[in-house]
Amino acid sequence: MSSTPHSMLAVKGLTKQIGAQQILRGIDLQVASGETLVIIGRSGSGKSVLLKHLIGLMLPTSGEVFIEGRQIVGLTERQLLPIRKTVGMMFQGCALFDAMTVEENVAFPLREAGERNPEVIRAKVAEALDVVDLTGHEQKLPVNLSGGMKKRVALARVVITRPNCVLYDEPTAGLDPVVSDSINHLIRRMQKRFGVTSIVVTHDMKCAGHVADKVAFLHEGAIYFYGAFADLLCSPDTLIQDFIQGRSGDTD
Amino acid sequence: MLLLRFLGSTALSLFGYLGELLFLMLETARSVVTTPIRWRLTLQQILEVGFRSQLVVIVTGAFTGAVFAAQTYFQFHRLSMDTAVGAVVAVSMFRELGPVLTGLMVAGRVGAAMSAEIGTMKVTEQLDALRALGVHPVDYLVAPRMIAMMISMPMLVAECVGIGIAAGQFVAVKMMGVAEVYYVTYMQKFTALRDLEMALTKGFVFGILIVFVACNEGLKSKEGAVGVGRATTDAVVIGSLMILIVNFFLTMVLNIFFPAGV
Repeated sequence: MSSTPHSMLAVKGLTKQIGAQQILRGIDLQVASGETLVIIGRSGSGKSVLLKHLIGLMLPTSGEVFIEGRQIVGLTERQLLPIRKTVGMMFQGCALFDAMTVEENVAFPLREAGERNPEVIRAKVAEALDVVDLTGHEQKLPVNLSGGMKKRVALARVVITRPNCVLYDEPTAGLDPVVSDSINHLIRRMQKRFGVTSIVVTHDMKCAGHVADKVAFLHEGAIYFYGAFADLLCSPDTLIQDFIQGRSGDTD
Repeated sequence: MLLLRFLGSTALSLFGYLGELLFLMLETARSVVTTPIRWRLTLQQILEVGFRSQLVVIVTGAFTGAVFAAQTYFQFHRLSMDTAVGAVVAVSMFRELGPVLTGLMVAGRVGAAMSAEIGTMKVTEQLDALRALGVHPVDYLVAPRMIAMMISMPMLVAECVGIGIAAGQFVAVKMMGVAEVYYVTYMQKFTALRDLEMALTKGFVFGILIVFVACNEGLKSKEGAVGVGRATTDAVVIGSLMILIVNFFLTMVLNIFFPAGV
């Protein structure tokens, strides 16, 4: 598989070995512009590691990664910086800057992009916080926010610069069903409102069903299934059905 | 054979570590030259490094100067050299005690805080978030700290030396009864601008050492809270040892440019 002119993100033959452990085993993926790919799989299957490779936060042992047709493996950290500005990433633990308020966190990418006009920054931050329903919480510190609020601040920080693509690492992990549903709606709203390409790593099947155009099932570092969410649900494969049904095979 | 292997691996580790520091220094120098300096962050760091270290530096300088004056007096008094106390205290504070003790105190206070802060950012993915937002961690975290340290450390050293000399004078003149006019005259006779230059140069170098050791430990910390704790401890221990070791070589080199004596 190689990067086509219409693919936003593509990986080819991606492998990652850490010590004796083979984390990724020859991943081939392609995500079209505007498409939402959900990567599911059990804990430890390599989902988050794959996501970090897509934005160059980790270096692969072998293989290629393309962002908008440009090969990023082999680029220096400084060469990667402008490319990363076109791809937003929402981290599993939110990774909000804990010394900054909500407003400062959300405004951070704008300031780093060179925006100096306080009125423009304030207006854009207000708009981003409105999208994630967090108006009125501007002056709070991350330590004073709930898990769901942190996720929404992280999302606002990602979308404020209108990236072409957003990577979500476990966006609903650790949240109650109601907040999870709200996050799923937000992700869908981002897609519809801004037309961004999205890659969502999750093991939450409800989240996958809500946002996915395509699903990739990762098992032991390799793509085990790739296709539509409906096809995944109908798959007769025991491994996939065990994952969907949440069956461990253990007995009491 | 075992000893050789141990010495070999120790030497390799040492060179590896020095290589890490050199790489970080080059990356920071490149950052300062090629990217805009974040003055707001730099001023925040000057406040943290310079202003908030005042109490520690003042207490260290005052009591070191005081006890050094007292000890020198006790020894010199037996030789009827009381009036030389001022010169000895001043030269020692300028050339060694001021810069080294300030360096050690700042390594303990500021170096630990820097490595803990950056280490926590590393293990909570805040550094990855910076990189994902297109910001180089060295530009955002290391460069402002380095500039702040380069500005603050010479000032802290000057403050420590000044307070130490004043405290020494107080002890010698007011408590031990040394004649003030002789104390001051000999102190002025045996100290010169070169001593201040040496003190400030040492402070500048120690500041750079502290900031790079601390930032390097923070940037490479891992394994959660335990890793951050280890990074913090290493930043203080390695920073302090480097100050003591580099001080010897720096003294030998700087003595060529700023020779001691009249």
